[in-house]
Amino acid sequence: MTIADRADAPVVGQTFLPRYDDDAAPAVPRASLGRLTADEKFIRIGSVVSGLGLAWLITQRLLPLQGLPWFLIAWFACTLLVTAVTSAMNGGFVEVRDRVAATTVTVGALVVGAVLVSAIVFVVVKGIKPLMHLNFYVDDMAGVGPKDPFDKGGAAHAVIGSLIQVGIAIAITLPLGIGTAVFMSEVGGKFSRIVRTVVEAMTALPSIVAGLFIYTVFIVALGFPRSGLAAALAIGVMMLPIIARAADVVLRVVPGGLREASLALGASRWKTVWYVVLPTARPGLATACILGIARGIGETSPVLLTSGNAQFFVTNPTDGVMNSLPLFIYSTVRSGEPNAIARAFAAASVLMAVVLILFVVARLLARPRKDSSGRWRRRRPAVDLEHSDPLAAMGPVSPAVDTTYRNEDLS
Amino acid sequence: MTTLPAAYPGPDAPVEAVPRKISRKARGADAVFVHGSRAIGATVLVITGGVGLFLGWQAWPTLRHYGLSFFTETAWQPEADVLGIAAVLTGTVMVALVAMTIAFPLALMTALYISEYAPAFIRSTLVSMVDLMAAVPSIIWGLWGYFLIMPRAAELAVWMDRNFGWIPFFDVKNADPDSALIEASISSYSFSMFCAGIAVAMMVLPMSCAVMRQVFSQTPPGEKEAALALGATKWGMIRSVVLPFGRGGIIGGTMLGLGRALGETIAVLLILSPSFEAKWRVLEIGGNTVSALIAGRFGDASKSQLSALLAAGFVLFVITLIVNTIAAMIVNRSRSGVGTDA
Repeated sequence: MTIADRADAPVVGQTFLPRYDDDAAPAVPRASLGRLTADEKFIRIGSVVSGLGLAWLITQRLLPLQGLPWFLIAWFACTLLVTAVTSAMNGGFVEVRDRVAATTVTVGALVVGAVLVSAIVFVVVKGIKPLMHLNFYVDDMAGVGPKDPFDKGGAAHAVIGSLIQVGIAIAITLPLGIGTAVFMSEVGGKFSRIVRTVVEAMTALPSIVAGLFIYTVFIVALGFPRSGLAAALAIGVMMLPIIARAADVVLRVVPGGLREASLALGASRWKTVWYVVLPTARPGLATACILGIARGIGETSPVLLTSGNAQFFVTNPTDGVMNSLPLFIYSTVRSGEPNAIARAFAAASVLMAVVLILFVVARLLARPRKDSSGRWRRRRPAVDLEHSDPLAAMGPVSPAVDTTYRNEDLS
Repeated sequence: MTTLPAAYPGPDAPVEAVPRKISRKARGADAVFVHGSRAIGATVLVITGGVGLFLGWQAWPTLRHYGLSFFTETAWQPEADVLGIAAVLTGTVMVALVAMTIAFPLALMTALYISEYAPAFIRSTLVSMVDLMAAVPSIIWGLWGYFLIMPRAAELAVWMDRNFGWIPFFDVKNADPDSALIEASISSYSFSMFCAGIAVAMMVLPMSCAVMRQVFSQTPPGEKEAALALGATKWGMIRSVVLPFGRGGIIGGTMLGLGRALGETIAVLLILSPSFEAKWRVLEIGGNTVSALIAGRFGDASKSQLSALLAAGFVLFVITLIVNTIAAMIVNRSRSGVGTDA
């Protein structure tokens, strides 16, 4: 029964509301392209579960394979097998390959995630005892032996040493690194190409060689003692090409149209850089710098050669030996005493926490800003982190760059 | 009616047409900016280039003194005037190879998972986690490898020696994997290049993964959709579109990781027990790398020994530089990356 053959058919020109048709067939939901159907879901989850059961049977009952690693490997193998069998029941070889590949890729990603989590959890669990004592955060290790209990001694001197050394290194490298990046991307010219080539080449410098360089020049040749300043210089030599290069990549993805608009409105080049380019690239620059700092604070090898190893508070970087967190961890764990090792793990947890905080700050800075009303502001032409990941910028990959605009220097 | 200005000289009067002067020379604040930033660039050039030149200059006397034997001698005995980097160079390469063998498949799978398989709402979290993994200090990976992984890796090494001992890589001298007293000789399987390689792998993995993911994410969506529309499964689409498109990124990211693995110090220093022998047996105790050699020997080095260490460091730097340069060339020449409009 349709509307047309109703008795009260509408007069021409009159509007009417369609009536609900009680006899119509129930609405069929549209076939969804992306979502799994119920039995597909069952097959996927069921394969994993039956793999778990088979793995238990094989490792615990049939074969003499003890230990968690064998169980996990068996679980993975059984899951793959069951997945292959179940998909072969419904489809052909193509389906089997698709499912097996999907399972393998997922498991690979899971392994990497498990590794990261295991590293963090392991370090914190092994170092939990010293971490429970307040003196660990406020004391130094002066007069504390490796066998002494945890209510004596702490790692505060190493934390302070790390902060001072990295602070000096940043004070040197940040202006130089960002200045060089501005020079390479905004001024241009033949000379900047030479600078870029050399800076990119020097990102390959192994950190230990940077330490050896400072050791040879600053300590052996010039005769200065081992000190926090030397360590800061070694970290700086290591960080400078990394930060310069990452900042350069971030600046290069600032849209050329913005620069052109600013110049066309009559701004000078300096004002264009200061009011347009740098503010646009600010989140990306911050991320690049903070990741560079995280790298600098965690690097042990340059510090190992240059700073010496003080067991007490040192706040003057030019005044002889100093300690830092990575060096403290390394030298403490080398002593081999169980208590010392626990202390090293506690210091490693502190180092991890510092890196984590820096990392979260970097991510927050890289986000687009929110309005006070909580609604997203009109998207600023900010640097796209998907395409200028500062992490990848430390390597040889440069994002696609708009090369139509280059501020070539003719002078 | 129009009126002409009184002073109008008439159409035939000579006009002095002087073109406006146009100069691209920076003036005022611009000049300060241009020259200032050029000065900063020159400073950085001097610093970074100086390090490279200094290394080469310091390495030269050693390389000349020992000649080609610097690359073929395995011993490091400065007192006897016999030293070479054959052993440490082999160790460096083997540790890096072990690391890449482990890191490459994991990095590739993680990158594929993040760019293709992961649900959209956790994708950015996963990207952050990979970045976080890259920020984990190397000393922490060293501790992780030494205390958590090495006991298990030693058991795995025993098993591999037992079953694959006929492959020269997996052979272990001075130890019988089938003996009943295997617990006593387990130390022959610890402190090996294999164990060090696992820790180094976790350091280089996130860097390779980030490069691969970035290239995968630049795959043209039209081509992916075309493959799916023609009936390809997801894996078929990945194999026919994503992997060929990202080949440059895969190779480049791997080589970039290799460059990092070659220079890794502290995890190797912590795990590997030093020995001066050029060997391929990765499961066996002992080995050395260039960076661990520098870290272990700099303290008691005289002037000439320091020069030899600097020469070893210079060789390491040159190798890393070559690897990185090739990686950059591969990434940039492939379809993805700089210089394409796709």
